[in-house]
Amino acid sequence: MNKTDALIIGAGPTGLFTAHQLKLIGLDCEIVDNLDKIGGQCIELYPDKPIYDIPAVPECTGEELTNNLIEQLKPFDIRFHLKERVDEVKKEADNWLVKTNNGTTFLTPNVIIAGGVGSFEPRKFAPKECEKFENKSLFYSVKNKKVFYGKTVSIFGGGDSALDWAVELSKDCNVNLIHRRDEFRGAQSTVEKVYELVKAKKINLYTKYQMTKVIGSEKLESIEIKHDEGKTETLKSDYVLGFFGLIMQLGPIANWGLNIDKKTIEVDTEKFETNQKGIYAIGDICSYPGKLKLILSGFHEGALAARASFKLARPNEKYRFEFTTTSTNLLKRLGKKE
Amino acid sequence: MPKITYITHDKQKHTIEVQNGLTVMEGAVQNDIPGIDADCGGGMACATCHVYINDDWFDKLPIKEDGEEDMLDMAFEPKKNSRLSCQLIVSDDLEGLTVSIPSKQG
Repeated sequence: MNKTDALIIGAGPTGLFTAHQLKLIGLDCEIVDNLDKIGGQCIELYPDKPIYDIPAVPECTGEELTNNLIEQLKPFDIRFHLKERVDEVKKEADNWLVKTNNGTTFLTPNVIIAGGVGSFEPRKFAPKECEKFENKSLFYSVKNKKVFYGKTVSIFGGGDSALDWAVELSKDCNVNLIHRRDEFRGAQSTVEKVYELVKAKKINLYTKYQMTKVIGSEKLESIEIKHDEGKTETLKSDYVLGFFGLIMQLGPIANWGLNIDKKTIEVDTEKFETNQKGIYAIGDICSYPGKLKLILSGFHEGALAARASFKLARPNEKYRFEFTTTSTNLLKRLGKKE
Repeated sequence: MPKITYITHDKQKHTIEVQNGLTVMEGAVQNDIPGIDADCGGGMACATCHVYINDDWFDKLPIKEDGEEDMLDMAFEPKKNSRLSCQLIVSDDLEGLTVSIPSKQG
């Protein structure tokens, strides 16, 4: 059980700056995020796209913004729990008991939801029957490539993940690569490698095809794919891999008793508290009259939620507002003064 | 203001006047048409505003910019007439445009 003054859900820009604000005013915090890296949408959706509306930063990419926020957190010791999704938030006396899908638990008076549009989950195949085989013979990521050795693997997608795995698995497996069009968005060098392997008959390439059916009772036996022009093919397959990127799902947040409308959580604009005492929502996931989905708004909301958290984490102390330019306390926390 | 018709997955037709300059995505979101999520807010970064364009309209629309086809790779059940509605800017030329919304966005 991890005890902390505040648990932040979401390691995007809003979550990161809120951690800074919490640590600055002397509170502990930990951060959980479902992605395998820090940065949220900035890093997952637009790492290379320039952003022009961060105050005093004329231009920076999603990746640069993330790196700067991480840099700003350097004076502080913050525990990140990546690749974990918060599943449960339950009241326990004056605290919230929080549980992740990996079984990590937290006890905290303050839960700050900075979850963007929800957690990133893999996009799935359209046919409903695919669920039956999921995590048995149909996967959206590779955990142990050895299970595929000597087998027939049908890989779907046109980006780097699909192409990299097609190249890698072609060494030890019979690989079908299936994509909805005849252009790939993966790195040029990988695309060339794929075409070489297709020529050498190490990869069977099917373009302008999409999956229509998975066939098999207990075990997956084959899949049916359909060409743009209507022709179908049946491919014997032991395993299927789908790489269609990630999508954001609100997921378990919907079950925590919060007022949710159109995938956003209602908050007040003093503390950014939800209808549950000690649970706050900030950044893109919160809504209030006049809400703007800008990174700068997330920073403001986080700063206020951090101050509100102080009252519940330190009920017997009084919070005093201080400036980083002059306060010895703050400068000490920032490591700028002995 | 041009009228745009959105056909939701349950075959319901919603015809709405959308202001010039807005995107077809914004027209749907601002008028509570269900089925267009637009998670990234119009940045061509998420493929959750995916629509199918009715046959008679597909070739009349401005062609796809770089990157739109790449994002459509990730859309749910993309077809030849798929577009991202955040990339379609409403103008008088789009008067009468009809788009169909897929069963889900991902």
